[in-house]
Amino acid sequence: MIHLKNVHKRFRRPEGGWFDAVRDTTLHIKAGEIFGLIGFSGAGKSTLLRLINLLERPDHGSVNVDGRDLTGLSAAELRRARQNIGMVFQQFNLMANRTVAANIAFPLEIAGWSRADIDARVAECLDIVGLADRAGHYPAQLSGGQKQRVGIARALAPRPHVILADEPTSALDPKTTQSILDCLQDINARFGVTVVIVTHEMHVIRSICHRAALLDAGEVVELLEVTDKQVAARSALAKSLLEVA
Amino acid sequence: MDEQLTLAQALANLSDLAPEIWQASAETGLMLAIGLSVAIVVGGPLGILLYLTQPGQLFANRAVNGVVGWFVNLVRSFPFIILMVSLVPLTRLLVGSTIGPIAAAVPLSFAAIPYFARLVEQTLREIPRGVIEAAEAMGASPAQIIWKVLLGEARAGLISSLTILTISFLSYSAVAGVVGGGGIGDLAIRYGYYRFQTEVMVAMVLLLVVIVQIIQFAGNHLAARLDKR
Ligand SMILES: Nc1ncnc2c1ncn2[C@@H]1O[C@H](COP(=O)(O)OP(=O)(O)OP(=O)(O)O)[C@@H](O)[C@H]1O
Ligand SMILES: [Mg+2]
Repeated sequence: MIHLKNVHKRFRRPEGGWFDAVRDTTLHIKAGEIFGLIGFSGAGKSTLLRLINLLERPDHGSVNVDGRDLTGLSAAELRRARQNIGMVFQQFNLMANRTVAANIAFPLEIAGWSRADIDARVAECLDIVGLADRAGHYPAQLSGGQKQRVGIARALAPRPHVILADEPTSALDPKTTQSILDCLQDINARFGVTVVIVTHEMHVIRSICHRAALLDAGEVVELLEVTDKQVAARSALAKSLLEVA
Repeated sequence: MDEQLTLAQALANLSDLAPEIWQASAETGLMLAIGLSVAIVVGGPLGILLYLTQPGQLFANRAVNGVVGWFVNLVRSFPFIILMVSLVPLTRLLVGSTIGPIAAAVPLSFAAIPYFARLVEQTLREIPRGVIEAAEAMGASPAQIIWKVLLGEARAGLISSLTILTISFLSYSAVAGVVGGGGIGDLAIRYGYYRFQTEVMVAMVLLLVVIVQIIQFAGNHLAARLDKR
């Protein structure tokens, strides 16, 4: 489903020189799985995630999603391909001047859906995330957890095959965190959407992921398998993350 | 004393001047309407360009941003009266005359373009980068990002910017009026200053005060209604 081959991303340092945020990394994520990217701050998790929808362009290497090599696409083709890859953000990134329903409608407007289809799909998505009674509210009138539900509904609206989530629960309290994780898991189970989730908490991995990649200094240092909510860890780094959790 | 007489006299004088006051108000309105329209149509896109070409933005481009920014600063650094005089040849070319509200609207428009461009740029900067990025991630085209995200999210700030622009240019239009543009400021100077009819001066200033209050009130009200943050 998602194949990153030898992707490399370097950033120019403000003080001069270069910084390799993701180093020559290869990763295969299967269709229908919930895949975690875990590591300490600065490990390159967000950069790696953003390489999947080409918000960051790799300096070399290929990004293949759903059988298409994204790096070779024209701007217009890439926009179409992105409609198949939803994204959920730590800071929600909702449009403040749009109602909940209008936020969820946004990706469908972009994709050129008809008004009737949009309305029907928005209602469906509101139901899926349990916010049917909040359709006319503005984001400022919602709690953090509710905002993230809107973010998830928005990502889900165009029926994408993939949802990328960058620390979707890091701005939320533990109880809300669990409900958002459950929501993502529910979507994965019901619609078969492949979910890639960035986190720095082993708890998130144990709770919903099938597999995860442990990142350190821009490289995948260990692939973690989750069985019965237990993570088998070999490296010292993975063990230290397990201890924190 | 004869204060009451003076007041009655003053009111009588003003009512005699009513047609000219109407005329002057219409001229001021025309100067502003032209200046603001040009500011919106030309200055607005310029402001969007300034914003989008900044480092880290959608069309980050140091050269374009530098040139446009330099031009905006250049025009804005001219005192309005000097800009007006130096634009006389252009005005004559465009309007065929340098007298009247339409002629005065040329330098007004010219000054309003960079002014509004900067206001738009500042307003757009308040939109969180992440919101624009979310739209990019959803596959929005640049045009969709500009229309739906930038203008939609900044709409309250843009109304406030337009309010500021309108009020500033109400006073600029008074300056332009004195040098042959007509309008409320011109009337105040002609009667109030040159003919020593202080009551005309006072009445015109009061009129401007009322107009400014109304514009500000309407602007604030509209901006507050549009702002859902
Ligand atoms: N646009 C950028 N320009 C320069 N450096 C960047 C940029 N984006 C990321 N970096 C650097 O790349 C490194 C990896 O960043 P990244 O955001 O991928 O880490 P992360 O694992 O997501 O960390 P966190 O848990 O703090 O979010 C960091 O050192 C960061 O400073
Ligand atoms: Mg990150």
